[in-house]
Amino acid sequence: MPAQVITVTSGKGGVGKTTAVANLAVALATSGSKVVCIDGDIGLRNLDVILGLENRIVYDIVDVIEGRCRLKQAMIRDKKTPNLYLIPAAQTRDKNAVSPSDMNRLIKDLRADCDYVLIDSPAGIERGFRNAIAAADRVIVVTNPEISAVRDADRVIGILEAEDKGPGELVINRLNPKLVKKNDMLSPEDVLDLLAIELIGIVPEDENVIISSNRGAPVAYDPKSRAGQAFRNIARRIKGETVPFLDLESQGNLWERIQRLAGRK
Amino acid sequence: MNFFERLFGKKNSADSAKERLQLVLIHDRTDLTPAELDSLRDDLIATISRHVAIDAQGVQIDVEHDGRSQRLVADIPLKAARRRKRKIK
Repeated sequence: MPAQVITVTSGKGGVGKTTAVANLAVALATSGSKVVCIDGDIGLRNLDVILGLENRIVYDIVDVIEGRCRLKQAMIRDKKTPNLYLIPAAQTRDKNAVSPSDMNRLIKDLRADCDYVLIDSPAGIERGFRNAIAAADRVIVVTNPEISAVRDADRVIGILEAEDKGPGELVINRLNPKLVKKNDMLSPEDVLDLLAIELIGIVPEDENVIISSNRGAPVAYDPKSRAGQAFRNIARRIKGETVPFLDLESQGNLWERIQRLAGRK
Repeated sequence: MNFFERLFGKKNSADSAKERLQLVLIHDRTDLTPAELDSLRDDLIATISRHVAIDAQGVQIDVEHDGRSQRLVADIPLKAARRRKRKIK
């Protein structure tokens, strides 16, 4: 079966797109799928360091597009998970080095060869974002429960609809259950009310995300981390399983709110 | 939010965030500035007044949203209708 191409985007920078791509790639690959992730952030690449593969880069995506190497040569095999590959971004070029039709061509060649292609979109809604969504079958919008991130997510969702890429599916990243309980952070319910798109995951704020990125081993490898668990659950939902949303608070207060979401109007 | 803020009825910050976002998103999604909405309102009043007497002061025009779709909702009180109502009372 040809690969499903999933683009992860957000509008705003710093909400956790690259972290989400790295973790979803690890979770999908460790559960048996062959995954290729592509860093779409040309000039500001980071997916390589989050995956701990920065020392293995020889060729990048622009080398493939400009014909300096074959596609296979730019695919870096992960050191821990052999069915996970990274195509890194070029660091000394800018977004104009690639066009949406270049992306379509490159991904067409990849489709036959793996189960999932994950594309890490750069922040913004310009060329780099357009490149990242050009070949997408499915788009995941990452946001934080925070006013500017939600506003930018809404803008991106509007553009996705206009481009016939669907409204996308939402990941609410860095949710702080304590703040939500105090009513000092937008709840998942509030965010879904505002954005009105389908939810595919809620990831709690978790210091293990920083610790694991320091080490270059995504948190999805950590069986104890709650964020890791949340990313593994999203990967299962991507594969079509029905997985209940995480009980973010052992006391269960937020859980009740999330359960209410399932049956919301 | 601490005890005193609660005592003096200060709103929780999540509620302000949600309210502010609701307004901002309407304008982001429709590309209609408040000034453009006002001019639309004036045009509507002028057009409708040519056909029927309306209470121009009471005209309300809002952009409402239902899921991801927006609708323009106009509430235009007719002068004649009001008078009739009062007579019944």
